[in-house]
Amino acid sequence: MAGTTLLDGGFTAPVFQSQAVFRLVMNAMAKPGRIVDLGHAVQPPSPLEPAAAAFLATHADYDTPVWFEDSGADAAASWLTFHTGAAVTKDPATATFAALSKDSPVSGWQNFAMGCLSYPDQSATLLLPVESLRDGTPLTIRGPGIETVSVIAPRGLPDGFTETMASNAAGYPLGFDLLLISGSELLALPRTTRLVEA
Amino acid sequence: MKKPSLPAYNFAYLDEQTKRMIRRAILKAIAIPGYQVPFASREMPMPYGWGTGGVQVTASILGPDDVLKVIDQGADDTTNAVSIRDFFAKVADVATTTRTTDATIIQTRHRIPETPLTQGQIIVYQVPIPEPLRFLEPRETETRVMHALEEYGLVHVKLYEDIAQHGHIATTYAYPVKVEGRYVMDPSPIPKFDNPKMHRSPALQLFGAGREKRIYALPPFTNVISLDFEDHPFKVQRFESRCALCDAQDVYMDEVITDDRGGRMFVCSDTDHCETRRSEGYQGAGLPQHGAAKADWEAAQ
Repeated sequence: MAGTTLLDGGFTAPVFQSQAVFRLVMNAMAKPGRIVDLGHAVQPPSPLEPAAAAFLATHADYDTPVWFEDSGADAAASWLTFHTGAAVTKDPATATFAALSKDSPVSGWQNFAMGCLSYPDQSATLLLPVESLRDGTPLTIRGPGIETVSVIAPRGLPDGFTETMASNAAGYPLGFDLLLISGSELLALPRTTRLVEA
Repeated sequence: MKKPSLPAYNFAYLDEQTKRMIRRAILKAIAIPGYQVPFASREMPMPYGWGTGGVQVTASILGPDDVLKVIDQGADDTTNAVSIRDFFAKVADVATTTRTTDATIIQTRHRIPETPLTQGQIIVYQVPIPEPLRFLEPRETETRVMHALEEYGLVHVKLYEDIAQHGHIATTYAYPVKVEGRYVMDPSPIPKFDNPKMHRSPALQLFGAGREKRIYALPPFTNVISLDFEDHPFKVQRFESRCALCDAQDVYMDEVITDDRGGRMFVCSDTDHCETRRSEGYQGAGLPQHGAAKADWEAAQ
């Protein structure tokens, strides 16, 4: 998004645009694997992808520290803070939302908040950008929200992804919730979703 | 005032920060089905007990294109339903309906519509006491640990005491369910007649408890099993009578007293279901169904 400055690129009609984005995200969470298009209501500085920016612009505020993995994300972080009031944290354990980088090493994901047995909701939501949500290796998923099984085909997943997702699902009700992002599209893999052998 | 049209409040009444906080709670609730997510419940322009939890959930998800239906004990035309429907028509200018099939969001107090819900629909329950263990263990600190440790023996003891006292499970509403084999959840005070409708429902089910400040959820196609025993399996009640107005059977009925001589009739609790059937030409036996008036009528025949 060349030419975007810090002050530009926020919602132009925050009430209705954020409602529309939230409903799409809620539908995506309620039906894991379904691809939703959040559109281009916000124009973030790179490396934030439009869907990640729309999600954060809708859900982040002064109650939700955001963590950026990319070292070159200062402009994006400032943009987010200006438009939402969200604090940018250096400590992944305190982040409510984590904007991961492409090929994010999964070994670092254990540093995020997983909740505790009394409050499993106090856990992070991870935003992982991938090459594409449509033409990668098919993965079969099942769990609440999916009638029988569903197939996702994201391309550009980090190494060790399936093992990490398996251990995340095994830790239920603790765990992180993952949103895969490509451009303006998003699909959700909440902690209840299990990857199964195809 | 020069601009009388200037709104004095935000779309759907709640401010945006409140909506964001509730939206985040809803997303976590969907990710952990049956777990009660705490949220910072707001004062609403109606008293606690009138569905402030459901209203806050509905206000946070509602958009200008939604079609809202509100029911109270199955009826679209009772006080609670009418006032909440009018509230959203006023503060969100949203389309309203009484037809279950036309609605995108259904806010309900204590019933699930008879017409099966479909994918894409959202049902929002008003919940008075979200904690299924509350009447067994009053301390929140303890119930939280019991959920954490999956320590649900007490609920089974309660159901067993029903059997010991009455010979059968006498709990008829707010009948506890287990969600995806993990959390025991209060389905809100719906009759247990409606419990099977929650199991693997294609609709998204959201629960809001305003006074108790909890939100929980069931994503579509979630396993929702009513607790029972092998030798006392979960059973729903059956009504002997048919609806006096639309002749429906195997629906949840209201018993209406019609005179002081034992006269009474059974009618569908779901008014939309009843009206739809009558518009399709079904007709019930009418009055009187039971009691002395019926005997008189039969004698006169």
